[in-house]
Amino acid sequence: MFYIYIAPIALDDHFCLERLEKELFNTFKIRTMIKNIEIDLKAAFDIARGQYNSSLILQQLVKNTPHDAKKILGVVEVDLFIPIFTFVFGEAQLNGPTALVSTHRLHNRFYGLPENNELMTERLVKEAIHELGHTFGLVHCLTPKCVMNSSTYVENIDQKTAEFCPPCEKTIKSLLNRETRFPWRNDKR
Amino acid sequence: MKPESVKILIVDDEDSVRDSLCRWFKADGYCVDTAAEASAALKKLQENSYDIILLDIKMPGMDGIELQSHIKQIDKNIITIIITAYATVDTAIQAMKDGAFDYITKPIDPDELSKLVKNAIEKRRLITENIQLRQQIDELLLPDEVVGESPAIKKVMEMVNIVAKTDSTVMILGESGTGKELIARAIHSRSARKYFPIITINCGAYPEGLLESELFGHEKGAFTGALYQRKGKLEMADKGTLFLDEIGNISEKMQMDLLRAIETKKITRLGGNKSIDVDFRVISATNKDLEKAVKEGTFREDLYYRLNVFTIKLPPLRERRSDIPLLANYFLQKYRKSMNKDVTGFSPQALDMLTEYNWPGNVRELRNVIERAVVVAKGKEIKPEDLSFPFLSPLPSNMVEGESLEEVEKRHIEKILARTKGNIAQAAEILKISRLTLYNKIEKYNLKR
Repeated sequence: MFYIYIAPIALDDHFCLERLEKELFNTFKIRTMIKNIEIDLKAAFDIARGQYNSSLILQQLVKNTPHDAKKILGVVEVDLFIPIFTFVFGEAQLNGPTALVSTHRLHNRFYGLPENNELMTERLVKEAIHELGHTFGLVHCLTPKCVMNSSTYVENIDQKTAEFCPPCEKTIKSLLNRETRFPWRNDKR
Repeated sequence: MKPESVKILIVDDEDSVRDSLCRWFKADGYCVDTAAEASAALKKLQENSYDIILLDIKMPGMDGIELQSHIKQIDKNIITIIITAYATVDTAIQAMKDGAFDYITKPIDPDELSKLVKNAIEKRRLITENIQLRQQIDELLLPDEVVGESPAIKKVMEMVNIVAKTDSTVMILGESGTGKELIARAIHSRSARKYFPIITINCGAYPEGLLESELFGHEKGAFTGALYQRKGKLEMADKGTLFLDEIGNISEKMQMDLLRAIETKKITRLGGNKSIDVDFRVISATNKDLEKAVKEGTFREDLYYRLNVFTIKLPPLRERRSDIPLLANYFLQKYRKSMNKDVTGFSPQALDMLTEYNWPGNVRELRNVIERAVVVAKGKEIKPEDLSFPFLSPLPSNMVEGESLEEVEKRHIEKILARTKGNIAQAAEILKISRLTLYNKIEKYNLKR
């Protein structure tokens, strides 16, 4: 049995995890499980930027991947960056086992607006599906409503849905089908 | 351009920058390659072609600015984007002056990079499209109809190639139907102005008032019937070429106005008061003896010299008979295709008739005769009965009154050489002379191909 593991990392916003687990199962039809994984966030902290290097967190996740994990999704509250960019909502290994999302910039309070947990969870679900989509081999889609549409600001996330457009749906189904039949293929990467 | 057809090269000595950009672009579906230093980037450029190259300015060894100049030498159309830190913005500006599309300052907003790359791809698409369109135009322009291998036409084409590279005015002289407009177009299509229009005006076809309006244009209400503002041919030829056909037929006033326009490169529309800058090259043509007209005072001397910086004299068809079979065949193929007829050649008798005829209407007449022949031909070959000559020579061409024996001999040898397509052995046999004698006569009459 293979799972999509959801790994909360120093996360206080646990209220969103239950819904996230359900939505990921509905989307990928792979059993999901919440699992605490030991990650040293300090090692990824960049003093000059006051942000966390998402690539370094991903590397730690890869090292700590459970043997029965199909994919592993880290969820953090801290602000993430990759060296060239000012920030990222999340990061994933294309065709790899791990993905990471941050709730930091998904909160309304980050933009000086009244907090809305429902909206934040909705954004988190979309970004989680998006990053996991990359781990299954999907690339960005130009269809505005598709969950694989690239989001470079939070309004982008709100404009798209949590669903795949028909062509991406077709691709993900065939990729999932292949992975179900040959589960060792991606796990060897 | 679909993302998967866009090839991006990232050149940065920092692993983290290379990796993060690589992942970012791969997630967008682009084809991405990376290089950690300039020499590796140049090696990759020798093996692959890229649409966009992202370059870090500060790298050990060759820096980004120098690398960019090397890249532009390899392919000046590659889009380069400079990656820089705040401290090196001045250098980035220098890179932009050297041809970079844009620069990004680390760290960049993801949205900004996304827009920048989309714009870069659009620019690359436009550049590629532009190159393809120019190639198509070149292909359309090149196979012009200057057909012939005779020394006379070869000399003309040599002159065309020389003068095309300059911006001098050219005067083309020649009898009616010798292809003066064709030569003007050949000059234009080989010149730096080829991507701009060549505007032709037949000066002999307009009454004076109308010619003035055609050349200079007019403002609304300039005269009765001028309901709209209209650009003249001089304005339309801006950055291109103006071909003035039958220049010998214009009035004195028009000669003066035209001279002023050519000298000052400024025009004023009829009824207007605004001076408009125009940049055109003038090629003119006439079948009149302009030198005589200058001496008689009917053509302005200053305009004559202004137009006549370079002269190309086109030989009449009767003076390049060896080209007749080539031209006849060229027109045959042309009309055969357009009329969808299965006519493949000429009978030897028909070809003789074409070669012997005097062609007072020159190539234009030959073209019309062949067009008609293709229409009426019943078999695969054009036969003598398919040919009709509108202006039959009063005497057969091999019995021209007043011609010397040498002239007749020259023409006869030329005709036979044309028939045998330059085969000396065959021609000597037909002429019943030795090959050596034939070589001597070819030399004597300058009939070498």
